[in-house]
Amino acid sequence: MTTDKIIRVSIWVYLGIFFAYLLGPLIIMSVTAFNSPSFPRMTPWECLTFNWFGELFRDERILNGIWNSILVGFGTVIMSVSMGLAGALMLTQIWPKLRATYYTIIIAPILIPGVVIGISTLVFWDRINRMLGLGADSFLSNGLFLTIIGQSTFIASYCMLVLVARLQRYDMALTEAALDLGATHAQAFRKVLMPFMMPAILSASVLAFLASFENYNTTTFTFGEYPTLTIELAQKVRYGITPAISALAFMIVALTVFFALINEANIKRKKMIAEARKDATVGELAGKIEVPGLVSRNPAAIAVIVLVIGVATVTASAMTYSPDQCIADVQEQKRLETEKRIQELRDRRAKEAADKAAAEGAEGGAIQSAPKPSNNSGFGGVFAPNTLQNEDEGASDEGAAGSSNNSGFGNVFDPNAIGNDDN
Amino acid sequence: MSAGVGVDLENLWIRFGDFVAVRDANVHIKGGDFFSFLGPSGCGKTTILRAVSGFLEPSEGNVLIGGNNMQGIGPNKRPTALIFQNLALFPLMKVWENITFSMEIAGASARDRRKRADELLDMIALPGQGDKLPSELSGGQRQRVAIARALCAEPDVLLLDEPLSALDLKLRQHMRTELREIQKRVGITFIYITHDQGEALTMSDDIAVMRAGVIDQIADGKTIYNDPATAFAASFVGENNVFRGKVLEVRGDQALIRTNRSGDLLSRISTANKGKMNVGDDAMMFIRPEALSLAPTGTQGDHFVTAKVNHEEFEGNTFNIFMEGDGGKELKVAIPNHGQSFEDHSGQDMTLEYEVNNAVAVPAGELAAE
Repeated sequence: MTTDKIIRVSIWVYLGIFFAYLLGPLIIMSVTAFNSPSFPRMTPWECLTFNWFGELFRDERILNGIWNSILVGFGTVIMSVSMGLAGALMLTQIWPKLRATYYTIIIAPILIPGVVIGISTLVFWDRINRMLGLGADSFLSNGLFLTIIGQSTFIASYCMLVLVARLQRYDMALTEAALDLGATHAQAFRKVLMPFMMPAILSASVLAFLASFENYNTTTFTFGEYPTLTIELAQKVRYGITPAISALAFMIVALTVFFALINEANIKRKKMIAEARKDATVGELAGKIEVPGLVSRNPAAIAVIVLVIGVATVTASAMTYSPDQCIADVQEQKRLETEKRIQELRDRRAKEAADKAAAEGAEGGAIQSAPKPSNNSGFGGVFAPNTLQNEDEGASDEGAAGSSNNSGFGNVFDPNAIGNDDN
Repeated sequence: MSAGVGVDLENLWIRFGDFVAVRDANVHIKGGDFFSFLGPSGCGKTTILRAVSGFLEPSEGNVLIGGNNMQGIGPNKRPTALIFQNLALFPLMKVWENITFSMEIAGASARDRRKRADELLDMIALPGQGDKLPSELSGGQRQRVAIARALCAEPDVLLLDEPLSALDLKLRQHMRTELREIQKRVGITFIYITHDQGEALTMSDDIAVMRAGVIDQIADGKTIYNDPATAFAASFVGENNVFRGKVLEVRGDQALIRTNRSGDLLSRISTANKGKMNVGDDAMMFIRPEALSLAPTGTQGDHFVTAKVNHEEFEGNTFNIFMEGDGGKELKVAIPNHGQSFEDHSGQDMTLEYEVNNAVAVPAGELAAE
């Protein structure tokens, strides 16, 4: 093996570890959404089930949280993108000596902890609310308003960074050209600057929505009567989690992958159109350009289609598939296993006790020279085979009673059964 | 051909803080003229253009277009159209949308715009290219689209800010002719900004030579080349040999100048400085390389110069001789090539002759940087 080969192999190994670290938790969590145990786990695999999705959609609080998160997300997108755009434009127009200072001020909210922003938003708007003489149920102390305002304070800064990057590539002469050709400032903004900024505005919107959707630190102070999804999840986790949360997480992962693939396919397609334009004749440009089919040479588009077909099949089969029989089987099997384990334990104990008693009996015989049938040994008769026999009978009765109990846990939680094991 | 609309600059001052970009400019541009501002970069010529187009308010003085004072009127209300140095075509619009942007602003229908765009595309010799994006055109084609876009707004005055500077030499020369033809065809006033004297001389009716915010001379190209008003104009426009010295004697329209190293030389006083040059004044005398010719070595006189040859070169149409000149600058002589034999004179003294009428004297002043 040459050094070259070793390096190549170690790079692959490294990549493997890296991606396992990156994606492993997501994969495992996704798998738990389809496993039937009520605690999210991948092994042992019991039954394929889609019930957790049903459970998720029956959970009023989660649904309400999603709806609130979407409301807050859209509000935050509108607020932060417009503030970010204004900030970015200001940065390019401001007197150069002030630029560095202005930049620092506008970027500061990113550096301030979200908790601080949350508290200060709450305190500030509460003061404003009181100054205006409004009650506790006014618009200004409404959780929706406070959450949007609070999140926008720092998400606007992210948006500004995205928009500034695009704006720096904008040639101010374009605006001047538009003005020179008779456009008003508003027309120049709308017809020349905005179309140029559109890609950045779209990506800033996506960024703002995602940042808002996943925000917890700030929201936890401001949500009021509008708990968002993150808040609801955090509150749920306190009472223990179920695979329904895995199901939600799986759906988010699937949607993310879906949109990422769509985006990728779109970029690829645009590139192909540009290439086709380059080769097109003047006549073709005026009419319709011959562009290769949607999926040709576009792996991302193929992946999207495969994904959509996959989701459709799974959903369709989930409608008809019922894991009840499997779950019942598993429960039955579990019960049998538990019984078997109890039986084994019991047998082992009995055997141990018998061995011990035999050894003791031999020893006692040697010392006392005569067996004592009466129960007056120094050990209170616990080692007497008869006594054991009696208890064993009692235990097997109870065991029989236990096996008639049809609980899914094979009676492991039956206090009597535990009492038996302890003996 | 319409008479066109004239542009006047009256006592125009433009200051940025303490910096004076334009100092007391007074220019009258006749309607329908092709007028150039010629000067090195940073001389304030673009500033003047921005003041005419309305992007900049003058600190003092007025801009008049067609006799109307433009004070307080924004660029979108002025009858001017500007062609930017980098063209500033809208990158996301197709060529036809770019060209008819001014019509879109005015609310014209897509059908009318399309029709007008096709007419203009025919005029700029790009028929059928309307559906391309600007990025899909070549430099020269983009150039013509920018012109069409400006013309589509039907301006009275077209302003051009060094529009050819980004093109390669061949294309630049071709576009010069084309621009001049377009100007003649549409008959509107063109104001052209350039630092390239070749562009200014070939295209313009009149040229204003600018230096550090000051307009040195306004005249047609021939006058500026042959009869410069200042040392700067003489040295900036075309190649020129300078002789520094003092006025020894004024004889009517001629001056005898005691030069620092070439003896007493006689020259014509430039028209703008007639009667202004007095005995004892510092003066500069300029002779073009092509106005000098070889004379028998050692000839003395007030129109003969003797100097040592540094080196020579053959340029095809001319033999160039570089001789020790005044103030560290070399004296260049261009001898037309008629197929005569030519020997190397490096290191030897040579005597040159000129016609007094071809030498021009101006008061001493700042020279153009090389």
